[in-house]
Amino acid sequence: MNFVYEKLMGGKQGFFGFIILATLIIVILPLFLDIFRLNLVGKYLTYAFAAVSLVLLWGYGGILSLGQGVFFGLGGYGMAMFLKLEASSPENTQIQSTPGIPDFMDWNQIISLPWFWEPFNSLPLTIAAILILPALFAFIIGTAMFKRRVGGVYFAIITQVIAVILTILIVGQQGFTGGINGITDLRTLNGWDITSDNAKYIFYFLNAFLLLTVIVISRFILTSKFGSLLLAIRDKEDRVRFSGYDVSNFKIFIFSFSAMVSAIGGAMFTLQVGFMSPSFVGIVPSIEMVIFAAVGGRMSLIGVVYGTLLINFGKTTFSESFPELWLFLMGGLFISVVMFFPNGLAGLWNDYGHHITNKIPFWKKLKKTEVSQAVVEKTDEATV
Amino acid sequence: MKYSRYRTGPNSLRRFFVKGLMALPATIFLSASCFAASPSTAEINTTGLAITDDTVTVGILHSLTGTMAISETGAQEAEKLAIKQINDMGGILGRKIEIIQEDGASDWPTFAEKSRKLLVKDKVAAVFGAWTSASRKAVLPVFEKENGLLYYPTFYEGLEQSKNVIYTGQEATQQILDGLNWVAKEKKAKTFYLIGSDYIWPRTSMKIARKHIENVLGGRVVGEEYKPLGNTQFGSVINKIRLKKPDVIYAAVVGGSNVAWFKQLKAAGITSKKQTLLTISVTEDEVLGIGGENLEGFYSIMKYFQSLENENNKAFVAAFKEMWGKDSVIGDVTQAAYLGPWLWKAAVEKAGSFDVDKIVAASEAGDIELKTAPEGYVKLHKNHHLWSVARVGKWNKDGQATVVYESKLLEPDPFPAGYQ
Repeated sequence: MNFVYEKLMGGKQGFFGFIILATLIIVILPLFLDIFRLNLVGKYLTYAFAAVSLVLLWGYGGILSLGQGVFFGLGGYGMAMFLKLEASSPENTQIQSTPGIPDFMDWNQIISLPWFWEPFNSLPLTIAAILILPALFAFIIGTAMFKRRVGGVYFAIITQVIAVILTILIVGQQGFTGGINGITDLRTLNGWDITSDNAKYIFYFLNAFLLLTVIVISRFILTSKFGSLLLAIRDKEDRVRFSGYDVSNFKIFIFSFSAMVSAIGGAMFTLQVGFMSPSFVGIVPSIEMVIFAAVGGRMSLIGVVYGTLLINFGKTTFSESFPELWLFLMGGLFISVVMFFPNGLAGLWNDYGHHITNKIPFWKKLKKTEVSQAVVEKTDEATV
Repeated sequence: MKYSRYRTGPNSLRRFFVKGLMALPATIFLSASCFAASPSTAEINTTGLAITDDTVTVGILHSLTGTMAISETGAQEAEKLAIKQINDMGGILGRKIEIIQEDGASDWPTFAEKSRKLLVKDKVAAVFGAWTSASRKAVLPVFEKENGLLYYPTFYEGLEQSKNVIYTGQEATQQILDGLNWVAKEKKAKTFYLIGSDYIWPRTSMKIARKHIENVLGGRVVGEEYKPLGNTQFGSVINKIRLKKPDVIYAAVVGGSNVAWFKQLKAAGITSKKQTLLTISVTEDEVLGIGGENLEGFYSIMKYFQSLENENNKAFVAAFKEMWGKDSVIGDVTQAAYLGPWLWKAAVEKAGSFDVDKIVAASEAGDIELKTAPEGYVKLHKNHHLWSVARVGKWNKDGQATVVYESKLLEPDPFPAGYQ
């Protein structure tokens, strides 16, 4: 029990934060929102995977990746390839010159399915690919860079370049990837209509459950010895290295893990939105993910989820109400958060939250009886 | 006293906020409860669209921000002009059209999200919008799922025919075949060099062009090249063109790349004096960016040019300039977008209903026609595309084109046999 409370939830603060978040996304939002808005929230929550992965990587590891969109996109494309193959059965594609292959291949004079599409005929292989390929890709990049002690701003630039390269590759090879249109018109998963309201509810809850699981696993990583080492590496890398640790291995691990987490988000995105396009791989989405983490508080696994929700709600509401002005409003929101709450929403809560919690008798009692132990949610100044 | 303390404390702000948030879900029900059903409305609206006794709501979905904004602005301006003119005439079935505008932000998923919002939340009777093929592909499943109605204005690659879309631009064969016939006949062209931006529309268009050149015209394609969207380096292509000396350069370079492409051609000394160039991607809107002097003497194939000399067009250009400023230019897509609301009006009046299924059925009868279209006479084919003419325009220094060739009315054929 103590293991669960301390290690998986992160003590009192983490535990209550987790319970409140879980109640919000599993009970309150589905109760009060209709399926259209709930589906939107589901879409936002897929970005939260990437934001959570940035807490591990950037907040704790001090490694700023401006290429999380790459992994989000790889996960999304993996799922989209599977769904597209299912939608391209010979019966559905009779009008093509070559029935049975995705429509965009037919438009590009490709007459048989490329070999790397073959595994995506099977759902288990697809899921394995979604989890393993992005992590493997991150492992290769990470090994190439961290073993050579490339870090800091150089790492950020290189990840950004990788995002650009991958976008150009996808757009350029449109016969194999669908090009700039992306992979569209996805309708069924093993014969089950994914566009029905029913399916949307199921995906929403699956998504929420996966997100909470990822948060628990991430919390476990951070509360373990590995988490402390990660913080130590961020604050004084040389000192850790001189103490006899191989710093690069830790960084490679956390980079690969964050890639896997982002990829899960990407796959869930494809399922809920119904298509995937290169606009999720490039620089803009990658930087947006960093903004979600910054606004939510890059040291807080829970805070970034709120950050992601807030920014995306803002984006949707502003752009619905002020279609000509909304970008300025978004810009204003970012600037004010960075200027006035450098530690994000989580920092705001830590600084002022006790004014609110002190008014709740139950919380007060709890505070008296329990001495707060190692709280991981530190909000000290992190250096990038 | 306690009350007043609450009013000034931090809590009051929070309460205010919480109250405000609690009211949010209520706004969702507003649109549904706003229209009380009177008999006539019930009759013409059996599917719960946003129609009252004196208004009908439609959506406009174009990019107001991002890279596509510059192209899509003209389209949404034309749609608003048409809607205003229809309202001035008394609306449709006695109902004034109200507009809900959404920003697609040049981002395909945003297009999908906003179209779902327009159909599910706002229950709009029709949507005028989308521009790029990618945005159309993104919204298509949404319109089919929610049984909405989309009027899509851009000339495009064909290979598509959805129950829920009316295509007011020309599909590929309507634009390509006649233009190629013309250039083969007039300029005695035998060799062609194909160049385009690298995405679905140029590639499909070139595929059709190549088949036509090789199989029908008996000509030869001496080069085919694609450059990434946004590319600004055309030096290597221009060198190859110099080497191959094609009779015709056939171009489908889009967006900002156009500026670099034509300026570099001119800098390399390839001008209309020595070289015939035919493009399917340059309208008056693009010329604004490219500069008329860089294009002078080159040819575009479109169905509409701002300089068309007919009464419909003169009235349209005058009305457009009055509404959107005298410097505005009108390109092919802008005109096609202008047709959308008028075609919708004709179909609604024919069907006597705003129900999507009935409008589609009326449209598929194949006899909806517009005699007042700026491009001349248009008729809606039962395959959801328009009968239209192809025109070849020769660009002048001032950014306007002189029409040098006009085809007969062409039947739309989105799935051309022999060109796949």
